[in-house]
Amino acid sequence: MYRAHVLVCGGTGCTSSGSAKIIDRLHEELKKNDLTNEVAVVKTGCHGLCAEGPVMVIYPEAVFYSRVSEEDVPEIVSEHLLKGRIVKRLVYREAVSENGIESLNDTVFYKKQTRIALRNCGVINPESIDEYIGTGGYEALGKVLTTMTPDDVIQTITDSGLRGRGGAGFPTGLKWKFASGNRGNVQKYVCCNADEGDPGAFMDRSVLEGDPHVVLEAMAIAGYAIGADQGYIYVRAEYPIAVERLRIAIGQAREYGLLGKNIFGTDFSFDIDLRLGAGAFVCGEETALMTSIEGNRGEPRPRPPFPAVKGLFQSPTILNNVETWANIPRIILNGPEWFASMGTAKSKGTKVFALGGKINNTGLVEIPMGTTLRTVIEEIGGGIPNGKKFKAAQTGGPSGGCIPAEHFDIPIDYDNLLSIGSMMGSGGLIVMDEDTCMVDIAKFFLQFTVDESCGKCTPCRVGTKRLLEMLEKITDGRATMDDLDKLEELCYYIKENAQCGLGQTAPNPVLSTLRYFRDEYVEHVVNKRCPAGVCKKLVTYKIDPEKCRGCTLCSRNCPVNAINGEAKQPHVIDLAKCIKCGTCIEKCRFDAVYID
Amino acid sequence: MAKIKSVPFKGTKEQHAELLATIEELRDEKGCLMPIMQKAQDIYGYLPYEVQKTIAEELDIPIEKVYGVATFYSQFNLYPKGKYQISVCLGTACYVKGSGEIFNQLQRKLGIAGGECTADGKFSLDACRCVGACGLAPVMMINDEVYGRLTPDELDDILAKYE
Repeated sequence: MYRAHVLVCGGTGCTSSGSAKIIDRLHEELKKNDLTNEVAVVKTGCHGLCAEGPVMVIYPEAVFYSRVSEEDVPEIVSEHLLKGRIVKRLVYREAVSENGIESLNDTVFYKKQTRIALRNCGVINPESIDEYIGTGGYEALGKVLTTMTPDDVIQTITDSGLRGRGGAGFPTGLKWKFASGNRGNVQKYVCCNADEGDPGAFMDRSVLEGDPHVVLEAMAIAGYAIGADQGYIYVRAEYPIAVERLRIAIGQAREYGLLGKNIFGTDFSFDIDLRLGAGAFVCGEETALMTSIEGNRGEPRPRPPFPAVKGLFQSPTILNNVETWANIPRIILNGPEWFASMGTAKSKGTKVFALGGKINNTGLVEIPMGTTLRTVIEEIGGGIPNGKKFKAAQTGGPSGGCIPAEHFDIPIDYDNLLSIGSMMGSGGLIVMDEDTCMVDIAKFFLQFTVDESCGKCTPCRVGTKRLLEMLEKITDGRATMDDLDKLEELCYYIKENAQCGLGQTAPNPVLSTLRYFRDEYVEHVVNKRCPAGVCKKLVTYKIDPEKCRGCTLCSRNCPVNAINGEAKQPHVIDLAKCIKCGTCIEKCRFDAVYID
Repeated sequence: MAKIKSVPFKGTKEQHAELLATIEELRDEKGCLMPIMQKAQDIYGYLPYEVQKTIAEELDIPIEKVYGVATFYSQFNLYPKGKYQISVCLGTACYVKGSGEIFNQLQRKLGIAGGECTADGKFSLDACRCVGACGLAPVMMINDEVYGRLTPDELDDILAKYE
């Protein structure tokens, strides 16, 4: 028995900021202090508070240390672990109150969350199957195989009201039901969509990194429900840590007989293989993903036939997203009523969001459906940094839209987000402040779709390119009001005619910004001005002669020598030479450079 | 600096043997083409014509099919990458925090466009979509090293580390 556990985050965010070195150093220091038998070091998955990384939690006190560096380790060991004195300067700032130091779960960031899909993330060692089993892992699979019929399983999932967490929100139970006919007589497949390509969304990655076994267990449950004996996990190659932990997990599950032949001594056999993606966003679309597993260019196929009828290798297939899978074992164990008691009328349970952009607490949060955007951004997210004003939140990535401040109090669920022109998407939530230009953001997403369009159908291949050109015309100051109408018309045309989800939703970023920020478009078109000061062709950099002290810092750093002036005299920017890179603004210590 | 568009193929006998062994190992799996190409890229660092041809011949499929897959996915490279591979995250979270300008400045400093490699083979530059370190935005990676909370004026010092 250990008297203390040190949990260090080994997710991608914290690994990027050096958590591996911290773990090495911890082992070293514990050895030095002869504590290796008393204190255990556990490398966990993501804790969610990525902005404060690398993070560390020490139990039994549940003290949450943030932004820990390698150099802090000796102090933590000698003070906290040896002498029992908390190192106050390293405690996460929000956990420090007048009443002393709060435990992790009492901080605003965690208190407002309900963690189901993420319940093991940051809690267990993802590379140990025993720790997963210790928290009730594989119990649901055991229950299903020994006490439930396949139809019971499907009924349970249907009753829970669980909807697909990958974006479109299709009822999971129904999807399984469609694929359940003719059990035992035909080859079927269960697939996991872990090709999380939506830029700014990283919840699936965190589940895979923090709790890989939950996905394996859930897929086996589905295999039993529909009568499949083979599963595939299609995971982004850009997620090396997730891939590695999945490999380990599959190996362990096979060794324990939880994957393979005759699981739990029953007739049921099920195995899972990994397939790595190769960097194509369209492969997140279900038919494209299957085409890719088959070893082809990942182009989507027309539906119908739906995958439940003719999917992978022409066999009936169900495909669910990582977060959807992560909910399944809990629903089996706690019952569908428990799950359905959370959320709104048509959206049950919780949803994980990846908070990013202009927000203090960047990271991963899991909230009950129906929580308002205000709670997510102002309370859990800790608001906008630098005293700036909230402008919009973008959900659904390149397929979604922007939610303006006027909808700050709308309860977040699938249908509400659709009704205001955005979508749930996989759960990326990027916050934008007054410095973000909405036309530029629309252009950013269109650039993305143009790059990622597979080229199979014309509305998407040519249409998105034309949309991008029109947006460029606007941000360059060459557009007329006539172009704005054409832009909107083309959006609707693409929505109606593109073959797959990628194309059909590609115009959403344009349509939603047009809906809520039309003034900003008009300002670009009519007055040739970018109010946020982002669109380079429409802004000029100037130096305020009142404020300039002539320190020469800007002119020495200007990459194109566009700034002239004598030392100690106000400087001037040569607008013909200026490339508007912003270096001078960054360098000026007197706030003298401004954007006009 | 000029850029590399084509380089003579310098595959070794050992690499060729490894490739053949990989194909042998995976050929009976369903949908084996992509896993084989991924392994081949691990072996050679990229997928030159010669390697694609070997795969096509061994699997008895047209080379157009191999080339089609290679050009569809952004992770397959037809040209070698630099000794130091720089990838700047242009995911949404990084973009709203200014990674676009980081990318532009790197293009200018290195004299190459995204997807290209410097003539001395030292640096290659790519834009990537979300490395998942959104808490550190804006982020870039040089090989496996992650640089977060970047500002453009740090770039010279960072590049200098690799000179």
